[in-house]
Amino acid sequence: MLNVLWVLLIGYAAGMVLPLYPRQLNTQSLTASICAIVATCAGIALGLLGLIAPEPVTLSIASTVPLLTFAIRLDPLAALFVFTISLVGLAAAIYAVGYVRHFQGRVSVAALGALFNGFLLSMTLVVLADNGLFFLMVWELMSLASYFLVVTEHEKADVRPAGFFYLVMTHVGTAFVVLTYLILFQSAGSFSFDAFRHPEQALPEGMRTLVFLAALIGFGTKAGIVPLHVWLPYAHPAAPSHVSALMSGVMIKTAIYALIRVYFDFLGGQFPWWWGFVVLLAGTLSAILGVMYALMEHDLKRLLAFHSVENIGIILLGIGAGMIFHTYGLNEFAALGLLAGLYHTINHAMFKALLFLGAGSLLYATHTRNMEEYGGLLRRMPWTGLFFLIGAVSISALPPTNGFVSEWLVFQTLFLSFQLPALFLKLMLPIAAALLALTGVLALACFAKAFGISFLALPRSAHARHAEEVPVAMRIGMGILALLCVGLGLAPMIVVPLLDRITAPLTGVSITDKVLALDGWAVAPGDVQFSSISPPMLAAMLILGGLLGLLLAFLFGGRLMTRSYKTWGCGINLSPRMEYTATGFVQPIKRVFSTIYQPTIKLETEFLQKSRYFAKQRKFEFHIEPVFEKYLYDPVIHIFMRIADRLRILQAGSLHLYLAYIFVTLVILLLFAV
Amino acid sequence: MSPIIQSLLLVTAQVIVLLTVSPFLVGLIRKVKARFQCRQGASVFQPYADIAKLFRKQPVISTTTSWIFPATPYILFASTLSAGLLVPTFISQTPLNFSGNIIALVYLLALGTFFLILAGLDAGSAFGGMGSSREAIVASLTEPAMILSIFAIALTAGSTNLSTIVHKTALLEGIATDPSPHLMALAALFIVALAETGRVPVDNPATHLELTMIHEAMVLEYSGRYLALIEWAAGLKLAVFLSLIANVFAPWGIATTLAPTAMGIGLLVYAVKIAGLAVLIGVLECMFAKLRLFRVTDLLGVAFILALLGLLFFYILRS
Repeated sequence: MLNVLWVLLIGYAAGMVLPLYPRQLNTQSLTASICAIVATCAGIALGLLGLIAPEPVTLSIASTVPLLTFAIRLDPLAALFVFTISLVGLAAAIYAVGYVRHFQGRVSVAALGALFNGFLLSMTLVVLADNGLFFLMVWELMSLASYFLVVTEHEKADVRPAGFFYLVMTHVGTAFVVLTYLILFQSAGSFSFDAFRHPEQALPEGMRTLVFLAALIGFGTKAGIVPLHVWLPYAHPAAPSHVSALMSGVMIKTAIYALIRVYFDFLGGQFPWWWGFVVLLAGTLSAILGVMYALMEHDLKRLLAFHSVENIGIILLGIGAGMIFHTYGLNEFAALGLLAGLYHTINHAMFKALLFLGAGSLLYATHTRNMEEYGGLLRRMPWTGLFFLIGAVSISALPPTNGFVSEWLVFQTLFLSFQLPALFLKLMLPIAAALLALTGVLALACFAKAFGISFLALPRSAHARHAEEVPVAMRIGMGILALLCVGLGLAPMIVVPLLDRITAPLTGVSITDKVLALDGWAVAPGDVQFSSISPPMLAAMLILGGLLGLLLAFLFGGRLMTRSYKTWGCGINLSPRMEYTATGFVQPIKRVFSTIYQPTIKLETEFLQKSRYFAKQRKFEFHIEPVFEKYLYDPVIHIFMRIADRLRILQAGSLHLYLAYIFVTLVILLLFAV
Repeated sequence: MSPIIQSLLLVTAQVIVLLTVSPFLVGLIRKVKARFQCRQGASVFQPYADIAKLFRKQPVISTTTSWIFPATPYILFASTLSAGLLVPTFISQTPLNFSGNIIALVYLLALGTFFLILAGLDAGSAFGGMGSSREAIVASLTEPAMILSIFAIALTAGSTNLSTIVHKTALLEGIATDPSPHLMALAALFIVALAETGRVPVDNPATHLELTMIHEAMVLEYSGRYLALIEWAAGLKLAVFLSLIANVFAPWGIATTLAPTAMGIGLLVYAVKIAGLAVLIGVLECMFAKLRLFRVTDLLGVAFILALLGLLFFYILRS
């Protein structure tokens, strides 16, 4: 297994260096992709081996820096994330072969390829790291690599502030992560994860709470939990689409990994009920607000970024419910909640990466991200359309795709709350389930909008009229993920036992036998009589039902030819201007939930001078209130700006003064040392 | 008889029952409404003739559409029928009980809705888009109330699998000593059913007026066999919801064994129950006017609160 690990490390390392040499732009991106493909294939193998290995695999290289060892540990939890990162990485690397062509001549393709490999490597190391300092190093590398990838198109005016915002937010998060590890270090006396698990002296209760909060804020910033999500809708759309797929699909999941690692592994799963409740609350809030803001977006990539917030919320709902069950010693249900969260983590990685690659294909073909300029693309880009549709069906959690299975498991976990002793929680969890139902159906509405407006009816602009299907490499990248979306949905009998290998050590019980019923054909937490679904059976029913429809049409009507005719446009020829727009589509939703959106609508009409009945031009303006930015972030930024203004006195520009500062600092430090 | 053949026979029987009974329900509601309006009205079997005629007509497909448009009727038909197979009709234990619980049913119906919304947008006419947009908001408001009412019911029966709920209730197992949570959930689910099947006061299936239609606007461009399948699926959805309400809240008379007499009685009782519910819907449609779209929020909000109260009552009564 170590050999596979070396292949992975060398593959990525080569990918970071080799693309810089070739002269030809095509060769540069091809080299980067080939290196990434080799390394990700090794990663997939490594992940699978790690999931079935009986004992965790470790590798440790000592360093000269005190407290730091380059320690790697591959246990089932890490293996799952290595597997997911590599799988999405593979699809993105293949996709990049075609996609990067549209950057050629504008940005350095070599740097893009090298950073892409570096980003994948740092993410893989984040989940493999077995030493706190090493973890922080690769965590920072991951943030930096993704920052440089976000600002790939730095010549665009909106990309630079997006990148800067991301850089600031991610470092605020990192500060809290550092705090988490420092507290853990204090009691453990070492930065090795093993010492964190078995500290020399146990952490006092107050410190444990601080670890919980610091980890939630620190990793929550990376994951995009509301209200720490504000950077996501700026940074993810700014990055090249195959990088967005990685960031949204897997980078934010490393935070989920770290949260599970800290709460269940380091803190040993010993926590009061309100921890789980806080996580559950954060999950519910993220899920519902994420999807609501997504609905109002007409920039396809921003829309997808908001959906990442939503799905992180759904994952946290599963994990939070699991934590609550764990507090009350209902370990089987705790395992179920964790399993549901982890299942959704893989599923979201697949369909979100697929959708971002789909959005990239639309960008490649039409050169715009504005949905209102798409339309009629399914006829022009049939493959991209089909793959995007599969992604849309999956993210809307419709059967028989993967999103349905994991969201169903989250529902079941929340329903099992009637076993809890506290009335408050008994009531809160079903309400969370009802809000999850609202989230699910709003996601359905959102993707009906995204797919319907982008791919159906008449093209709304010249860009869309002239769109062509994307190159084969891009289609293969999307195709792999589309197949996985369907496959992961149909095969819970394979996925559940693998996930059980992760949750069993964390919660102390194995639940494969409990969750899988009827030889694996049905998923039934509890027992078959309480609740069950059988995804293969549902798929079979849907196919047979469709065939029955065809048969009935044939029996009653015989073979009839269809006639093609234009859509009736009330007497005039149909034009794209008559179609429903994305803005129009979500208008009822905007109105019903106006308390949340606080929309501002401005309609100005300029009339002809001759008559008040004929408008010369109309101007319509509409935007929703960015509540969190306005009321939470702006005041903080304002305070910092004022402090910075005051501190400007220190920076006088005189070299002598700066030398004096250094001298004073040195003296003070020496005083401390004495 | 081997269990597999037995199951296959039962599934086939269920499919036949659902397919034959659904146009009748539509016809019955129309008849009741006609009589209330002092009209003779068409025969209750008119919908059968309508569907048969539509199947024989040549469909016209808009030149702007993609493959989504002709595929949607089949997907809608398949998803609604699959949902129907999860609901017990005249026997309490459906053979496909294991393949999906009530949440699966909700999501199967949502699959149909999703594609119908897409089909509404596909032809490019503003009417279709308007219908799709409205269907999206009505569906969003319905689903939370539905999930909560389901949960309230599932708690009393100790299961979320429909067959198990019905079977247990029919055998008077686990039914609460106090029926108030059940009744509140029933009221909530009835409102949900009206919204989901597009009946007054949420939507009017008899209108083709641009300003008010929801479901009819989405399917405006359909004709021929596609329209036949969509009409049939709409009838099926009605049958699914009526069976759900009839059997979950009043499962008495349903066949709990596979004895021929029990099944015969079960079939008869089932027919009476859902016909009764259909008449009730017909009467309600005559008594109430259709609500303005943005007033529907209040109605569905009431459903949500009712379901929540049902849940609260259950816990308070039990503790």
